[in-house]
Amino acid sequence: MLDINKIRADFPILKREVNGKPLVYFDNAATSQTPQVVIDAIVAYYSNYNANIHRGVHTLSQEATDAYEIGRKTVQAHFNAKHSHEIILTAGTTHAINIVATGFTSLLNKGDEIIVSALEHHSNIVPWQMLCERTGAVLKVIPMNEEGSLLMDVYETLLSEKTKLVFVNHVSNALGTVNPIEFIIEKAHEVGAAVLIDGAQATPHIKPDVQALNVDFYVASAHKLCGPTGVGLLYGKEKWLNKLPPYQGGGEMIDQVTFEKTTYAGLPHKFEAGTPNICGGIAFGVALDYMNSIGFENIASYEKELLDYATNELKQIEGLRIYGEAAEKTAVISFNVGQIHPYDIGTIVDKLGVAVRTGHHCAQPIMDFYKIPGTVRASFAFYNTKEEIDIMISAVKRAVMMLS
Amino acid sequence: MSKIKEIQAEIVSEFEMFDDWMQRYEYMIDLGKDLPLIDEEHKTDKNIIKGCQSKVWVHAELEGEKLNFTADSDAIITKGIIAILIRSFSGQHPKDILDADTSFIDEIGLKEHLSLTRANGLVSMIKQLKMYAIAYQTQLN
Repeated sequence: MLDINKIRADFPILKREVNGKPLVYFDNAATSQTPQVVIDAIVAYYSNYNANIHRGVHTLSQEATDAYEIGRKTVQAHFNAKHSHEIILTAGTTHAINIVATGFTSLLNKGDEIIVSALEHHSNIVPWQMLCERTGAVLKVIPMNEEGSLLMDVYETLLSEKTKLVFVNHVSNALGTVNPIEFIIEKAHEVGAAVLIDGAQATPHIKPDVQALNVDFYVASAHKLCGPTGVGLLYGKEKWLNKLPPYQGGGEMIDQVTFEKTTYAGLPHKFEAGTPNICGGIAFGVALDYMNSIGFENIASYEKELLDYATNELKQIEGLRIYGEAAEKTAVISFNVGQIHPYDIGTIVDKLGVAVRTGHHCAQPIMDFYKIPGTVRASFAFYNTKEEIDIMISAVKRAVMMLS
Repeated sequence: MSKIKEIQAEIVSEFEMFDDWMQRYEYMIDLGKDLPLIDEEHKTDKNIIKGCQSKVWVHAELEGEKLNFTADSDAIITKGIIAILIRSFSGQHPKDILDADTSFIDEIGLKEHLSLTRANGLVSMIKQLKMYAIAYQTQLN
């Protein structure tokens, strides 16, 4: 059992008001809130040991380097990577995806195939389209059904020896569907394709074990895991990271430089050109420690309770339709009420202190599938409560009354 | 006082009758119902204002030296906002529309819609109406 009052006290922002009402924050799928321990770690870094890392011999630089590398080791332990140098600290999920997509330019030939899913976010579609334009590779899409699940039988027919890379999100941001990535990875490996999993939406709810999954690449962002923005990870199996060329040139990523030839540094530095987000890397580790102290099993079971409660309550509202009803989903509910535009509902509930996301959630193909302009999306975290869900329900009802 | 300013002052005083935001929003939704609707034939992708989370179509036509606007939106709050803008601009000379100030929006408690994070695109709507005014002003010259 989680002590929710104690947990809520860890998050200073949850005390604030919006439009004169207590904040109800249900936009956790966009970014999570930050606990005091993480804020403290950021303040401590800038107050006590702000310095550039991996180069200075002075005390501050060594302290900062140690703390940053502890951050990396914490990430390694959390995801159960075999080596800490398989953890590349990036600016976030999008950056991590682009390192892989750009790196594959030299590994693909015309006619090779990349498979992505119909449940993808724009940042998961565009880098692959760009990669296909550069290489002449072909993009194939795993379709979804009405309840928001990917069609695995179609996936199997898409796979062939031409498939070089499969890219799927672990959890869909718009619908919350948990995809069967174990099966996806296994089948891709049977034809020799590499697999990249986007864990941005999964990692706040699920603790993935990259070795057990046998995944080739796994990416996520700290800011959805109670950490700061501007930092995330690219996990890659050592053999894959060695195969990929560096993404950016700059300091930190080199071994020897002459005007004739530069040799690159080993992992992870090869992919960490320039001064990284030092404070972010440190705070990322602290955020993971915080979440682990609560426990991902506790988080998952409590969020499931919130999800079931909210789903039942929302369904009582006449004309309300939920999009994405896969058997396995995280605490995300996308919905519309009758013909009311999601933007209208979002605007009114915000006036009542409730923060939800409205729009196409950067996933226009999914909205096109359902032939809707967008949805209202409420996404819950372990610090939310049933009382807050009640506030949202009455706010939605009030909005519907005003808008119909 | 210019005609546009007069109309804007009139709108502000109408909104002043309400004490809370909910009544103001309800009134704005009502004003949306009086919006001169765009003809279906003009509801094309070309006439959609970019930068809005909801769809907003605007069409402008010159009648003598006066510019008339028609519009529509698939979201009713947005429809109210465009209705307010059009009420203050429609039937006016393009030059007056170009010179018009739109700070009255603040006074009716819609200031939050001016923020750039707001995807309803009030800023884009004003810009688009003024673009029409520039185009027709050039034609009149």
